[in-house]
Amino acid sequence: MAELKRLPTLPGVHLKDEIAKITHRLRDLGLSRQVDKAVWDKVELARHAQRPYTLDYIHHMFPGFIELSGDRCFADDAAIVAGLAAYMGRTIMVIGHQKGRDLAARTRRNFGMPRPEGYRKAQRLMILADKFGIPVFTMIDTPGAFPGVAAEERGQAGAISAALLCMARLDVPTVAVIIGEGGSGGALALGLADRVLMLENSIYSVISPESCAAILWKDSSEAHLAAQTLRLTSSQVADLGAIDAVLPEPRGGAHRDHAGAAHIVKEVLEDNLRELEAIRPLDRKRERFAKFRRMGVWKENGLTLF
Amino acid sequence: MAQRVSVNISRRNGASGGAESCPQCKQLLSAVELRDNYSVCPNCGNHFRLSARERVAMLADSGTWNEIAAGLRSADPLQFFDLRPYSERLEEAEYDTGLGEAMIVGSCRIHKMDAVLMVMDFSFMGGSMGSVVGEKFWRACEAAIENRYPLVAVCASGGARMQEGILSLLQMAKTTCAVELLSEVPVPFISILTHPTTGGVLASFATLADVIIAEPGALLSFSGPRVIEQTIKESLPDNFGLAESNLNHGQIDMIVPRSQLKDRLVQILGMLEGGVACALEPLWEEEAGRPGRRGPLAGALGRIKAFANAPWRSLKR
Repeated sequence: MAELKRLPTLPGVHLKDEIAKITHRLRDLGLSRQVDKAVWDKVELARHAQRPYTLDYIHHMFPGFIELSGDRCFADDAAIVAGLAAYMGRTIMVIGHQKGRDLAARTRRNFGMPRPEGYRKAQRLMILADKFGIPVFTMIDTPGAFPGVAAEERGQAGAISAALLCMARLDVPTVAVIIGEGGSGGALALGLADRVLMLENSIYSVISPESCAAILWKDSSEAHLAAQTLRLTSSQVADLGAIDAVLPEPRGGAHRDHAGAAHIVKEVLEDNLRELEAIRPLDRKRERFAKFRRMGVWKENGLTLF
Repeated sequence: MAQRVSVNISRRNGASGGAESCPQCKQLLSAVELRDNYSVCPNCGNHFRLSARERVAMLADSGTWNEIAAGLRSADPLQFFDLRPYSERLEEAEYDTGLGEAMIVGSCRIHKMDAVLMVMDFSFMGGSMGSVVGEKFWRACEAAIENRYPLVAVCASGGARMQEGILSLLQMAKTTCAVELLSEVPVPFISILTHPTTGGVLASFATLADVIIAEPGALLSFSGPRVIEQTIKESLPDNFGLAESNLNHGQIDMIVPRSQLKDRLVQILGMLEGGVACALEPLWEEEAGRPGRRGPLAGALGRIKAFANAPWRSLKR
């Protein structure tokens, strides 16, 4: 195509029509390898170094935040931050993945990739919140759970599944917001909530575009194409029915205005909590289960069901 | 996603072809020899991979398997297309394995004990979990709850099905909710982890079972060995992620060789349902045509049944 376009235009030769025809056919075939740049822009925005992280939101939203540490088994995982905060006349439990901005912080936070201790800390504090009727608010921002030998030996898979089960069981209202990267099981472990919301420029995916490209295209440089195919932007995820709502970001994106982004999350959190608190705990749990039961699309005896 | 022990068993018919050599010890084995030994190498104990149908034949009493939700198929919600369309991969997998999806579920009897059994097949797109696997899991749990039958899940999976994007990730949440429903009854739930069980399946229902059994030599890890090697930039210990290593690190309850699997399964299910009493009495006594036992266990089971108020065999056969 590019070659065709580069050909010098000669009088009497109507290449324009040809180009239009071929482009159209390619698009019709669905084989167009033209990558939609907007999708990759979102991936880069979601990973932007200046994007507000969990502690930035906490800083702007919860002035009296008290951090709680440790899984009581092995260690304190700095890739997940958790604690109590006063919020609009009630206490809430805030739990979120935390990345670092400079090299030292990134290393300490392990690039936001939790080990089993992180999920066990989250689980412990969710149970604590449940005991005292404190709503749970989670912020999701991780490339995924940490892949390491020691993490596997200490039960990475079991820690994630236990966190999921814990979230399914909670009697208190739960709200999850994907604030940046929602990467795979490591993200979902904090995302089995009554309300799952997603900031406009965040992504939520079963696998990183790079890994997906490496496996399916056998070439990790096809990540742009993989990102587009995976449908991981907030509006695409919402269209698939996988989340409850998309939150707008301040003009130019959350990385330009941390306080503005925090303000939006704060307002929406209050609305959602108020709605959820009006429902009886048992009904709330039933609705949560019904929501996740509906997840997925399949055909049964030829009929497509949602 | 990665597999360490390469296993090449004829896919559709199981061990019905000619002779083949064990990938671990290179011993030449005849098909009959393999079949008679539960597809386990008699020389080195290497467990060959079983297809879902072979597994059902091994665990369920003959003639008792009654498949449910067999008509479910993936709807390709993303219209996914990598080097080939996902729909084409699905058709090919169905043709190759004779299965509609990577998991089959059904009710059956295991040593005369009613149970709901679900079996995953690694040959169907790496046993990956998409919308259909999640839905089948949910229906299996529903059937188990309705009939108060215990649930047995034989897992083999590379993780979530990328081709269904975020919806496949959410199957982890969906299956977790289903497990929670089971424990509200409670219905006993046992998972059997076979080679390999990794990723999203291991990090959801597979590790949420009441008792977790693994087959010898099975690879059980959340991240595949290749991913970890690339991350930490060094080679992994030989036993990384294997069932034996998982047992040492306290991640599973036990490792049971395939030849003893069925017996052990029923013993545990019986104990979970009947309390301690059942350890003291024989399990396979026939009583008026139903899986009966005499002694304290029969009493315990009777009390459970009366409490649950579920008629025997209420599931349509």
